[in-house]
Amino acid sequence: MPTARSATAIEAVNLGKTYGRGGKAVRALDGVSFAVPTGVVFGLLGPNGAGKSTTVRILSTLSRPDSGTASVAGVDVRREPARVRRAIGYVSQKPAFDPMATGRENLVLSGRVYGLSRHDARERARGLLTRFGLGDAADRLAGTWSGGMQRKLDVAMGLVHRPRVLFLDEPTTGLDPEARADLWAEIDRLAAGDGLTVLLTTHYLEEADRLAARLVIVDAGSVVAEGSPEQLKNELRGDSVQVELAGGDADGAGHRARHAVGAVPGVADVTVEGGVLRARVGNGAAALPGVLAALDAAGVEPAAITMARPSLDDVYLRHAGRAFREADRAEGVLV
Amino acid sequence: MTTFATHTGLLTLRSLRTLSRQPAYLLFTLVQPMVWLLLFGQLFSKVAELPGFGVDSYLEYLTPGVIVMTAMMSAGWSGTTFIDDAERGVLDRNLTSPLSRGSLITGSLVHQGIVTVIQSLIVFGVGLLAGARYSGGVTGILAVLACTVLLAVVFAALSDALALLTRQQEALIGVSQFLTLPLAFLSSVMMAPALLPGWVAEVARFNPVDWAAVASREALTADPDWGVVAWRAGLLLALALLMGWLATRAFRTYQRAS
Repeated sequence: MPTARSATAIEAVNLGKTYGRGGKAVRALDGVSFAVPTGVVFGLLGPNGAGKSTTVRILSTLSRPDSGTASVAGVDVRREPARVRRAIGYVSQKPAFDPMATGRENLVLSGRVYGLSRHDARERARGLLTRFGLGDAADRLAGTWSGGMQRKLDVAMGLVHRPRVLFLDEPTTGLDPEARADLWAEIDRLAAGDGLTVLLTTHYLEEADRLAARLVIVDAGSVVAEGSPEQLKNELRGDSVQVELAGGDADGAGHRARHAVGAVPGVADVTVEGGVLRARVGNGAAALPGVLAALDAAGVEPAAITMARPSLDDVYLRHAGRAFREADRAEGVLV
Repeated sequence: MTTFATHTGLLTLRSLRTLSRQPAYLLFTLVQPMVWLLLFGQLFSKVAELPGFGVDSYLEYLTPGVIVMTAMMSAGWSGTTFIDDAERGVLDRNLTSPLSRGSLITGSLVHQGIVTVIQSLIVFGVGLLAGARYSGGVTGILAVLACTVLLAVVFAALSDALALLTRQQEALIGVSQFLTLPLAFLSSVMMAPALLPGWVAEVARFNPVDWAAVASREALTADPDWGVVAWRAGLLLALALLMGWLATRAFRTYQRAS
């Protein structure tokens, strides 16, 4: 075991993975590369089906890549999976506790699996139950807990052995807003604490924006953008304008609107998708009259206009060439 | 090796804890054997009077066979735990932990072995109440338990392997429908070997269910031929080891496809 912690906790180089063969083959990863610095929450952001879970499955030794290399906590995942397993905690999308055991029993068993003595495992379980606010329910069957509490139990189980790297695969999917905010606060605390590196996959842009110090955007099996959320947003010039067309795309309205707005000075990156026009403008307030006049001249009636500072939505649109929500919906059948 | 034993023990205890919280499952698995033993045994009690059958009480003849059959049929569902665990994230969590693939399988097999012992003792008890007597005594009963556990391990390992390869509960239903019942009838579980049709007797020689049934009946006689018991127990042991190894190998396929 390397005792000194290197600056890089996870390194993925050119990972490729194809499921199935022949006509049915699906290219899940097409050369994914990124590096995660030690001690941060790192986001792996992308729509459903982009390859996030496959990447995490490879890094956590559940799956083997067809090509490329990866190391976690300085250990090669293909050559020494057993050593990687001792260094990581893995919290999958699906609930991974035993519903017929109590919360405490789940945590104690996890600790024992990682070699803690009975006494140490009990102590560790007590500490985690308190830390996650699960103490009151600790001795009830975990299957009877609320969704938010079950999710926290899953995360707590991933931390029992004090791993150096924690994988959280879509941690807040299916949680109500309150439980989500609650879990976000816990994840914030994880990285701030003891130099734990967290790799978080999510298809919620706001989640990556809120939690991740750095992130990569994955689309169709490759990385399309990388940086801190701020960096990525700053790369985009100006504000974003979003116009919902009253009549949708009917009668070529979308096409006409795109040409008309594209001709307005100071407007760039105009796209129309599903009856919604998006564009970038240098200064939102100054450009708005021109955009409205152009739409009027083209005979297109706007139903609603939104103006916003750049968001990760815009970053995604810029790099993946389509709106995030559309991509998520189109590929969401996999989930 | 000590880690392996610890992990196997932890996993076995987890399964037993689950079982202790749903004891009804154990009762469900005993409904069929009771039907065989009490209804079938009564209905066909005159079978023992057939010339050449060689035993006075059909119930006594049938009891070890029902024990063997129960173990096989119950073990056929062993893989259900892996399918449930894979549907939840439990299997993935286990596979990213230091638990070895081997200990996941042995944990399942040891648990099934313990369940088999409990079931067998209950069937022994009901047989006793219904009038069967076991001349082989405690030694005979222990030998029956050993053979029955080995047979249970064979079928539990098969079930575990299919569960990991297909991840479909339907595959296990297939085992119970198309494998276990025919194997029970292609053996001397219900009919004395001397009276089996020739082709059935021939097939039975290669049927692990028959190995366990023959060895069990022999062990329960007043003066067992231990050579007969040991030879078949040896075959069962070899098959159990082979199946356990195959089940562990099945993880590779599970991993490649995931």
